[in-house]
Amino acid sequence: MWNYEKRLEYPVNIKEMNPQIAKFIISQYGGPDGEISASLRYLSQRYAMPYREVMGILTDIGTEEMAHYEMIATIVHQLTRNLTPEEIKESGFGDYYIDHTLGIWPQAAGGIPFNACEFQVKGDPITDIMEDMAAEQKARSTYDNILRVVKDPDVIDPIRFLRAREVVHFQRFGEALRIIQEHLDSKNFYACNPAFDNNCGTK
Amino acid sequence: MRSNMNMNRSQLLDWINQVSFAVTEMSLYLDTHSDDEDAMAIFEHYKEERKKALALYSANYSPLTLDTVTENNHWYWATDPWPWEGGYC
Repeated sequence: MWNYEKRLEYPVNIKEMNPQIAKFIISQYGGPDGEISASLRYLSQRYAMPYREVMGILTDIGTEEMAHYEMIATIVHQLTRNLTPEEIKESGFGDYYIDHTLGIWPQAAGGIPFNACEFQVKGDPITDIMEDMAAEQKARSTYDNILRVVKDPDVIDPIRFLRAREVVHFQRFGEALRIIQEHLDSKNFYACNPAFDNNCGTK
Repeated sequence: MRSNMNMNRSQLLDWINQVSFAVTEMSLYLDTHSDDEDAMAIFEHYKEERKKALALYSANYSPLTLDTVTENNHWYWATDPWPWEGGYC
């Protein structure tokens, strides 16, 4: 069960519109390494996960990703909210505007819509947590790419926060992987799948 | 719906589900009726019942929200059963 808190995890107060930058940043809303992929991946991986500490970290990081999803939407909204039709035409935001006006829709920077094929739920604890660690690194790289092209400190500040959270999540998933491996045969972690095979590991 | 301090674990969880649903339902109604004082009084009643019941559940059994985790020598939030496992939560 979820409840909403009427606040952003970290404040976003952007004064200057910038539709070109908005089109880059929207990739973290619906792109291949974006926040909704992250949230759905972790929350969906919980059910086959046999270890409670890992169920906990998947739940709590998956929940935090929803807060990041809201921060990204807020950044895109504030970068585009008062655009005139002329500004839309001149800025290259027109292709997005034609389909979505100034609404926020999950797509990648290149316009590709969000798709569950951007993440996996394999039902194998090692496989799933390895994917999660890779996902955090890919999102961190995307934030690094964004930070190289953004000059506005009002945008840089919340993006830096989000980047730092990717690093922390990577660390926590690394610990989750260690917890999983401690339940398995130290000579061959892959001898069986503790989410599927009977009598696999110490559980 | 009435609370009772003698409820067992599954009865208390059922009570939490009932008052929490009332809070959800009243919040939806109030979103589109923001001056309805009678509805606000009903919301307030169930909000308080929920707060008390969540604290009681955490003190006696297990935390259901991070806000009602109590200081302990172990992080039961992670290691107690999760809702999809079946059973009490």
